[in-house]
Amino acid sequence: MDLNYLTAHEIKKKLEERQVSCRDVVQSVFSRIDDIDSSINAYIRLEKKSALQSADSIDKKISEGQVLGDMAGIPIGIKDNICTLGITTTCASKILDDYVPIYDAGVIGRLKKQEYILTGKLNMDEFAMGSSNENSFYGPVSNPWDTERVPGGSSGGPAASVAAGEAICSLGSDTGGSIRQPASLCGVVGFKPTYGLVSRYGLVAFASSLDQIGPFTRDMEDCAAMLNVICGHDRHDSTSLDREIPDYKSFLKDDIKGLRIGVPSELMAEGIDAEVKAAVTSALRKAEDMGAEVEEVSIPDLEYALNVYYIIAPSEASSNLSRFDGVRYGFRDSDADTLRKMYKNTRAGGFGDEVKRRIMIGTYCLSAGYYDAYYEKALKVRTLIKNDFDKAFSTYDVLISPASPTTAFRKGEKTGDPLAMYMSDICTIPVNLAGLPAVSIPAGLSDGGLPIGLQVMGDVLREDNVIRTAYALEKAIAFKEKPGI
Amino acid sequence: MNSSTETGSKYRSIIGIETHLELETATKMFCGCRLSFGEEKNINTCPVCLGHPGSLPVLNRRAVEFAIKIALALNCRINKRTIFHRKNYFYPDMAKNYQISQYDLPLGVAGYLEVNMGDYVRKVGITRVHMEEDAGKLIHSGSTGRISGSGASIVDFNRAGTPLIEIVTEPDIRTPEEAREYMTSLKNLLLYLDVSNCSMEEGSLRCDANVSIRPRDEKGLGTKTEIKNLNSFKFLQKGLQYEIKRQAKLLDSGKKVVQETRHYDNDSGTTRALRSKEEAHDYRYFPEPDLVPVIIDDDMVESIRAAIVELPENKTRRYMEEYGLSSYDAGFLAGDRKVAQYFESCLECFDDAKALANWIMGDFSALANREKIHICDSRVAPGDLCSMLKIIDSGRISIKIAKTVFEEMFKNGSDPEDVIREKSLEQISDSGELEGIIGSVIKDNPGPVKQFREGKEKAIGFLIGQVMARTKGKANPKVVNDIMSKKLR
Repeated sequence: MDLNYLTAHEIKKKLEERQVSCRDVVQSVFSRIDDIDSSINAYIRLEKKSALQSADSIDKKISEGQVLGDMAGIPIGIKDNICTLGITTTCASKILDDYVPIYDAGVIGRLKKQEYILTGKLNMDEFAMGSSNENSFYGPVSNPWDTERVPGGSSGGPAASVAAGEAICSLGSDTGGSIRQPASLCGVVGFKPTYGLVSRYGLVAFASSLDQIGPFTRDMEDCAAMLNVICGHDRHDSTSLDREIPDYKSFLKDDIKGLRIGVPSELMAEGIDAEVKAAVTSALRKAEDMGAEVEEVSIPDLEYALNVYYIIAPSEASSNLSRFDGVRYGFRDSDADTLRKMYKNTRAGGFGDEVKRRIMIGTYCLSAGYYDAYYEKALKVRTLIKNDFDKAFSTYDVLISPASPTTAFRKGEKTGDPLAMYMSDICTIPVNLAGLPAVSIPAGLSDGGLPIGLQVMGDVLREDNVIRTAYALEKAIAFKEKPGI
Repeated sequence: MNSSTETGSKYRSIIGIETHLELETATKMFCGCRLSFGEEKNINTCPVCLGHPGSLPVLNRRAVEFAIKIALALNCRINKRTIFHRKNYFYPDMAKNYQISQYDLPLGVAGYLEVNMGDYVRKVGITRVHMEEDAGKLIHSGSTGRISGSGASIVDFNRAGTPLIEIVTEPDIRTPEEAREYMTSLKNLLLYLDVSNCSMEEGSLRCDANVSIRPRDEKGLGTKTEIKNLNSFKFLQKGLQYEIKRQAKLLDSGKKVVQETRHYDNDSGTTRALRSKEEAHDYRYFPEPDLVPVIIDDDMVESIRAAIVELPENKTRRYMEEYGLSSYDAGFLAGDRKVAQYFESCLECFDDAKALANWIMGDFSALANREKIHICDSRVAPGDLCSMLKIIDSGRISIKIAKTVFEEMFKNGSDPEDVIREKSLEQISDSGELEGIIGSVIKDNPGPVKQFREGKEKAIGFLIGQVMARTKGKANPKVVNDIMSKKLR
């Protein structure tokens, strides 16, 4: 039995029935990591020793008959831009290579209360900037379905680790699709909650108004269980919503009769692979078979989403990343003999090319004389996009589209062409601009044996509709394949 | 009005002042760290004020209340929806390399402060009152304490994140004297609000001045310079005086004033250029995405307004109306919160406000100034001052003796009764005792007595003076006058 390929709820059941020990589960995950991570490179840092210690403590509690939470004893990997007290958090950047946080992120506090087991810190695009996980100081991550291909990004490590059985679940972050696009390319479930539902405290900021933490899991049931743990108000985050959190597992109902599904024509148009479109269309047919009403809908302003995103996100990033200056922590050029040189050399030597590119774009967009034409205008168009979604959600319960226009592409294929790379997020970016919840679930394999992801989007705080739809489709699609590695 | 810049010069100066005030809240603007001054370096810090990755600001509600209080006291309109912006620039004392500040939607706008210049009132417009966070402090090693030539610098982040209020005036101030008086009035007002200790020495109150000059008969504004490092009201006045002269000299010689920031040097009393407009920062302001807009409803504003104590302007008016004080006296007493408190607690046990005002503004202030202390920090308790005034009223001591008594009270914090008893200063009002002394004075001074009897009424003054001398000033002048007049007729 491959314990490392079970879901969290399956493991929980086996632990409760004393069929396996937590130590067995943790060991199976780490032996998988030992076997394959040299070719996947999902992890930047492993926490094997403390994981086994935690496992023993869980086993003791089980033997004492204690009732444990859903995530107790579950080996979970954490994207390396989420602060973990005393454990390096690098953002896959040279500039934070030796940075050890002095506090836990809000979500880590919540997972610790659940007695989760931290497997290690997961690889990513540097500062979450990228769509292929090729922008990491620690090297690219490989797609477990084909190691010549990318896992998507920026949460390449979190997606690949769950897909390859190197973790049961993981946490990633999604600014423009960084959870859903890699989930799609790796054939796992990846959920981005409504903006403000999960605390951003301790998530190293890329674009503050877009960033949101979310889970990677093997199925919707685990996804709902993870949401139950990580969602909720945090007084350390002013943008965190202060509201009652429902039991997300209660929405796992295999019933979408009468559900109104809109399909944005702009996201099924040119530029989307035929195979991807076919998989989504086939899933929509299954939804109709289950009694849902499916209609095409036009959201015209989606056309501008990418442009708006690539002004707002770099602008915020240019300011957010100013603090990496070598003064207080992280990499510093200590040979510089003036303050100015120290700043320059530290940042020139500490950041990778894509990060520098976005800092420059953002700095430009916020500069005197350009602010109105770029940043201000982008904010206005962002409002229009939000209004478009509001309008669509007055008619439809959910919107469905591909999560990525293509299946996993080859490493190096787009690294020389940033614009082509940016197009990878065309399906996911609009959701971040509007602050909506959305999930990517596996919708099948391409002829080449690569996973295809389907995205379900909901209105603000309508996680219930998203979960219900995704759960029903998950049952109907019944995706059971595993990568061959 | 002694300045050449206002009268008698061919130029008119136009001044605006930017003030920064550190609020005395319990904790910092965006985190839970305590505020501190002079403590061990970096002791009051956390991931937020150290700018650690992933940390987020959370607004201090108390600081917003203080800011509203200040804006209301300065007659500002309160924006019901106010937002924070990021002001981006690199400097090692800024943990995040941006300052959370306010930009186009500040907390308070369009206010004013009336500055009493004695013979006229200058109404100074307040452009804006906004909230922001303070930076940390750089400490440079080496003898000069300056960054140039220093081998290393350390940063102390204890101050980083302290709530700051910025108060910006319209260019309504005309002379360095008005500038100084504006700051004095502003500080007095702020002390009334109990939101800051307003100490320029500790840096909790700081000001920069913008100044330009233009030919007297022209309209419009000349090119301005900004003066920094004005660490006292005196330096503010001197720095402006110097800068106005410097600009006038430039214009007189046909040169132009360059728009720049200038540093005031206390020692030489001069200013020198720091950076020009071309080198000025592009702060790339944009709305702070980590904070939500602050919504200030009418209830909140009204409850804060209701809690504001009577402010100098109203108090002055009331002192004039209720106690018949002159505008100068009322303004003096009401201007300083502590003086007003002292005055009012005296009024609880003594009702002659004019007499009280005279003492507080006269001998009391003179002694306090000599000792360089605030009258409220002196050893004279309001009750003791009242006792003394009552003793004067009862005729037991003269005003002149009272001055001696008061000096003793001021020096040792003594009870006036004790001073009078110990030094036997009580006035002699006993006519039997005085008649003897007066009799002997008349006997010893036949000349003046003759003069008086011949109609030279003034001569009686000399005779009374002799009685006072023989009684060491303790004789009751009224009783002496009565007996003397009777005896001489």
